[in-house]
Amino acid sequence: MTQSKTAVKPPTEDKRWRIVEATIRRNGAQGQALIEVLHSVQEVFGYLDDPSLVYVAKALRLPLSKVYGVATFYHFFTLKPQGKHTCVVCMGTACYIKGAPELLKDAEKTYGVKPGQTTPDGELSVIQARCIGSCSMAPAVVFDGQVAGNLSVADFGKKVESMLKTPTAAVPA
Amino acid sequence: MTPEELRQSAEAERQKSHACKHILGVCCAAGCQSMGSDKIKDALDKQVKLKGLESEVNVKSVGCLGLCAAGPLVSLESDGKKAMYQAVKEADVAEVVEKLGKAPVKRLELSLDIPFFARQQKIILENSGVIDPERIEEYFAAGGYEALIKALTDLEPAEVIDAVSRSGLRGRGGAGFPTGLKWATVAKAAGSRKYVVCNADEGDPGAFMNRSVLESDPHRVIEGMIIAGYAVGASQGYVYVRAEYPLAIKRLKTAIKQAEGKGLLGDKILGTTFSFRLEIRLGAGAFVCGEETALLVSIEGSRGMPRPRPPFPAEAGLWGMPTLINNVETFSTVPPILRNGWEWYSAIGTEKSKGTKVFALAGQIKNTGLIEVPMGTKLRDIIFDIGGGVPDGKKFKAVQTGGPSGGCIPESKLDMSVDYESLREAGSIMGSGGMIVMNEDSSMVDVAKFFTEFCMSESCGKCVPCRTGTAQMYGLLEKIHAGEAVKADLELLKELCDLVRTTSLCGLGQTAPNPVMSTLHYFEKEYTSLLKDGPGKPAAAR
Ligand SMILES: Cc1cc2nc3c(=O)[nH]c(=O)nc-3n(C[C@H](O)[C@H](O)[C@H](O)COP(=O)(O)O)c2cc1C
Ligand code: SF4
Ligand code: FES
Repeated sequence: MTQSKTAVKPPTEDKRWRIVEATIRRNGAQGQALIEVLHSVQEVFGYLDDPSLVYVAKALRLPLSKVYGVATFYHFFTLKPQGKHTCVVCMGTACYIKGAPELLKDAEKTYGVKPGQTTPDGELSVIQARCIGSCSMAPAVVFDGQVAGNLSVADFGKKVESMLKTPTAAVPA
Repeated sequence: MTPEELRQSAEAERQKSHACKHILGVCCAAGCQSMGSDKIKDALDKQVKLKGLESEVNVKSVGCLGLCAAGPLVSLESDGKKAMYQAVKEADVAEVVEKLGKAPVKRLELSLDIPFFARQQKIILENSGVIDPERIEEYFAAGGYEALIKALTDLEPAEVIDAVSRSGLRGRGGAGFPTGLKWATVAKAAGSRKYVVCNADEGDPGAFMNRSVLESDPHRVIEGMIIAGYAVGASQGYVYVRAEYPLAIKRLKTAIKQAEGKGLLGDKILGTTFSFRLEIRLGAGAFVCGEETALLVSIEGSRGMPRPRPPFPAEAGLWGMPTLINNVETFSTVPPILRNGWEWYSAIGTEKSKGTKVFALAGQIKNTGLIEVPMGTKLRDIIFDIGGGVPDGKKFKAVQTGGPSGGCIPESKLDMSVDYESLREAGSIMGSGGMIVMNEDSSMVDVAKFFTEFCMSESCGKCVPCRTGTAQMYGLLEKIHAGEAVKADLELLKELCDLVRTTSLCGLGQTAPNPVMSTLHYFEKEYTSLLKDGPGKPAAAR
């Protein structure tokens, strides 16, 4: 099918939308590319907000309900903005029996955030993962995209602290 | 590239590597990388340059060396002699280079005679830790793509399938379905297009075999898939990889580009009439998408919800077309089978489970990491010999295999042979190869609760027994764990397990009760001792 209608415009002028547009184009703006396109949006902007979902639906000519359904079905997609820094604690089996729950408790005690939450100042998001494949170093945590393993509660606390002091913007996990 | 050119390139690479007196291989798989192996490689490079040894010493990145617990690992090959260094730090680099050609640095040396290395038999992992995963030439030099040449130039598709069938290879994704039979079904199925799909979703938490293969030897998977495409008559393939594996995705992308550049993917492969394309599709963190029918609809861009089988994907898969779906390890085994002959492969393993299997050792075990052993190896040997047993003087309690679909195996069963049938008989499954060891401190009720929570939140919600049943099971387990349950609750839990197992639509629901049933079977006391009216409780409390 040729695309006779005028191309759908991204929700903002942000230049980074070009990356998403390239993904859409590469896939011939077909509905089957939905997951690829959502990955692209999240990689660029860190999360999927409503205007993005509306845009993706239009660009791929899919009902918004389908886009929303897919975005909420998969755990990897998040509809909320993430904090400046992210800390992904693996709660897979190996990490679980090697003390990952203690790490999450520590994060909650120190920063008042449960998995899936962000501190009110927007500095830190704590995320729970299902296994990041670093089971040989359980418990494993990804601090701003960097994997660290064999962590005691004390190591974990120190790592989070030093991550929060690093000025660079968070790499979306 | 023609077969002749490929062989020349392989030969040139072998010459080049022989020209170097010393080879230092720095593990660059995710485990060692997170412990700073990148920096060690850089430091080694610098030191070699500083000493002006570039022509003698080849410092290279290699894939997983297996013993992740002792990382960062550096392998050493000097004048044909091999050694391994463990826990290498930047400060050690000068000494490592200094001692090249002399006795290895004792302090860092990790003996290659320990059972961890000596008892393994590597087929799938033969190149892991040996070649640089980002250089196709090294894969060529290791005999890579020879099997593809053989298939495309010497064998008819039916002969390829025949070899795979006779080898006895069974699917490594969990269920152990005979691979040759699956290939033959797809080959026979009618369809204007056919697809080959590689399942690299590896959703079982605690398992990282597929990740390691993709990070350490990605071309092996690609080669297996192209051969499969030729055998079943498909010209398009997809690798469905979980998004949680960024390094594996990167290496696979690099490998696909290289293969395309060499004419091993695309039109007219190796100058023949056969064409095959390969694309990557990313998962998005849904365990159920490891199930084949869910995976296929996920590739189509929808929510990953399983559908009833039949029709099986072999008849109606991607976009309704016949689709071959196999696990990473299954595809990875095909090239060596064609290279060495099915007779060679079928001589390894047990009567019904042929070949070798990769296992990921994790949990309360000394040597965490990746191993490959012949099928039929005793569980006890894997855990105590190769794995080094349970650390910190604690006692072994159970080993969990098969992830959320599997079960816990107690001490009394450790002498059993590891193969599809024995594991099933013991109330667990082979699964994809994760083995998580638990010591005496682990509560089996807690473990059962953990997996039930997992299945409950990963249930896609399509059918009631799984969606509601797992939630009810979880509620009961919480109650038992909190010491608030009575005997009747335990009976109800058992009944529910049976119901969920027999009436769920897909494998997720059908196997979700396994962790509960197996712990109940072997460790029932742990459950009953938590009951308010359990044995030993005063009658007044009843
Ligand atoms: C809930 C569920 C999860 C699964 N996860 C995986 C997985 O992560 N990787 C895999 O290869 N197979 C997985 N499977 C098995 C696949 O459905 C399928 O049988 C397999 O990919 C076939 O490949 P094989 O014949 O090479 O084993 C899963 C099955 C179920 C029911
Ligand atoms: S058994 Fe569970 S995961 Fe499978 S289709 Fe039913 S609800 Fe979905
Ligand atoms: S269980 Fe935590 S990385 Fe696998």
